Amino acid sequence: MNIIVCIKQVPDTTTKVRVGKDGKHIDPGGVKFIVNTYDDFAVEEAIRLKERFGGEVTVISMGPERVKEALRMCLAMGADKAIQLWDPAFEDSDPYTTALILSKAIQQLPYDIIFCGKQAIDRDTMSVPVYLAELLGLPQATLVVKLEVDPNARKFIAYRDIEGAKEVIEGLLPAVISTQWKLNEPRYPTLPNIMKAKKKELKELNAAALGLDSAQVGEKGSRVKVLSMELPPPRSKGKILKGDPREVCRELVRLLREEAKVI
Amino acid sequence: MSGNIWVIAEQRESELKKVTYELIGEGRRLADEVGSKLEVVLLGKNITHLAESIGFYGADKVFVADHEALEKYTTDGYAKVITNLIKAQQPAIVLFAATTMGRDFAPRVAARVGAGLSVDCIELKLDENKSLLCKRPVYAGKALVWEAILTRPQMASLRPNVFRPARRDESHKAEVEKVPVEFAPGEIRTTVKEIIKGATGKVGLTEASIVVSGGRGLKGPENFYLVENLAEVLGAAVGASRAVVDAGWKEHAYQVGQTGKVVTPNLYIACGISGAIQHLAGMGSSKYIVAINKDPDANIFNVCNYGIVGDVFEILPILTEEFKKLLAES
Ligand SMILES: Cc1cc2nc3c(=O)[nH]c(=O)nc-3n(C[C@H](O)[C@H](O)[C@H](O)COP(=O)(O)OP(=O)(O)OC[C@H]3O[C@@H](n4cnc5c(N)ncnc54)[C@H](O)[C@@H]3O)c2cc1C
Ligand SMILES: Nc1ncnc2c1ncn2[C@@H]1O[C@H](COP(=O)(O)O)[C@@H](O)[C@H]1O
Repeated sequence: MNIIVCIKQVPDTTTKVRVGKDGKHIDPGGVKFIVNTYDDFAVEEAIRLKERFGGEVTVISMGPERVKEALRMCLAMGADKAIQLWDPAFEDSDPYTTALILSKAIQQLPYDIIFCGKQAIDRDTMSVPVYLAELLGLPQATLVVKLEVDPNARKFIAYRDIEGAKEVIEGLLPAVISTQWKLNEPRYPTLPNIMKAKKKELKELNAAALGLDSAQVGEKGSRVKVLSMELPPPRSKGKILKGDPREVCRELVRLLREEAKVI
Repeated sequence: MSGNIWVIAEQRESELKKVTYELIGEGRRLADEVGSKLEVVLLGKNITHLAESIGFYGADKVFVADHEALEKYTTDGYAKVITNLIKAQQPAIVLFAATTMGRDFAPRVAARVGAGLSVDCIELKLDENKSLLCKRPVYAGKALVWEAILTRPQMASLRPNVFRPARRDESHKAEVEKVPVEFAPGEIRTTVKEIIKGATGKVGLTEASIVVSGGRGLKGPENFYLVENLAEVLGAAVGASRAVVDAGWKEHAYQVGQTGKVVTPNLYIACGISGAIQHLAGMGSSKYIVAINKDPDANIFNVCNYGIVGDVFEILPILTEEFKKLLAES
């Protein structure tokens, strides 16, 4: 099977967010970057499919120089090849243009299944996988917590995490699958594998190599534009109740009814 | 171009979701501001009767696509019907619910009609050109951005539980228009085989107006009933911290946080939860936060409106009883 995984490099979950000088992005100072938390599940699932059915796993990321480090982590987990998509013209791509860039790279490759994480934990849009499926003319299964693939019948069955339930859907490959927490237990790259990963192929492609015009991508091609970024208003320190359990419980119930009016 | 404001209703099993009323409320407000009509699109099977009630909530017109193939939600089924309707009617603004359903098909529709889509919005406004601006959380709510939508129609999906729902007024009536629906064989590329209902409470975690969550302070799965009893009395959904999920006491569907569900209830009660940054990312935008923790220095006390410093094993049964008393009185 030819398996493609789209991964994004994002700030670590513990990042204290500060607004940058331009008032539109976060201040990157001191930020530690990681492979997007949900993309680990995508990479792991891809490697497991390869281990079971044979084939090749290619990881792709659109982003600046630093994303090479994220791609190397995925190679160390067991992916075979990596492709970095970058061009100064890609700066500030919205989810649609991000998917457009990814789709151009994927169209140059053979593929049976494409994995994405369910959501990038920086922009939180959950949209790139859906745009990607649309641009490639493929069916999709998003928020997948369990996946069964039959490469001979070219079929998949995906368990999706929806409100208060799991939805089980079936479709034909190739398809775009977006992965949710608990799909699997992503492996940690071992030291020898980290060393080996350095020798694996990591290709770079720019706008011209993808046949993209700079007007189609980045801020110019985007349909949505960030105007400004702000921090949420700080929560003021609340009332802390201590003392006799019965007393404090009564007081809390009273406050929720009379002051907060939420009960 | 009709220039109208549209709302895509969400129903499951012929029942309108609460978020639909929130979309109608916000859609009505925008329609009044631009001086256009509010039109609602309703899809499903045997759902035509819901159109009248949608009228009571303020819609001027309801487009109803009632068809066998729309009985269960599928990406392709919904995307096709809505795309065709948008191409024919040319609304100015289309609002979706930022639910698992809305987030699964709205980008497809946006791509097909060349629209800009802002997702999971918590505030909308119109600029001086009546162009839509959307405010949305990023970095799991650690920051907020205002986004402009550059291409038409303008589309936004709205986070459940944030916008004020429309009020029912039985004197308000909507015109109902049936939408012809036709699918070629194989056009809907995925089939729904089964829907397995879970147990995060009778109301879904992300829709609930009250959430009671338990953390490692509960000590073990056998004590989680303390959280569940309180939730039951309050008609609340049950949530959990990741520590609880990782320990296998609860399924991941219960997890609140950056890598779990993001919830914005009116009231969030955190029981035996320390308040790690990743947990706060999932519930920090709740209107009111209550924390119960025996450690007075727990970080959760830095974000709560009301806190009780105490032992969950002692506090939760008393609190449940006190709420029961109060709710029995009123
Ligand atoms: C990449 C990543 C993603 C993550 N995503 C999430 C996420 O989505 N959601 C999430 O919740 N976490 C997430 N975490 C984990 C997070 O960092 C914390 O480890 C977790 O939230 C802790 O859960 P807890 O508060 O239940 O446990 P603890 O931190 O162990 O806190 C238990 C609390 O209970 C109190 N306590 C103990 N006994 C009692 C008692 N008898 N009565 C009252 N109080 C008591 C203690 O004082 C303590 O404050 C993530 C971490 C990482 C690295
Ligand atoms: N710049 C990118 N490069 C590669 N994949 C991406 C990129 N941005 C988003 N994705 C993929 O799309 C998923 C969802 O992202 P988003 O729609 O931004 O929340 C991520 O988990 C990735 O798998």
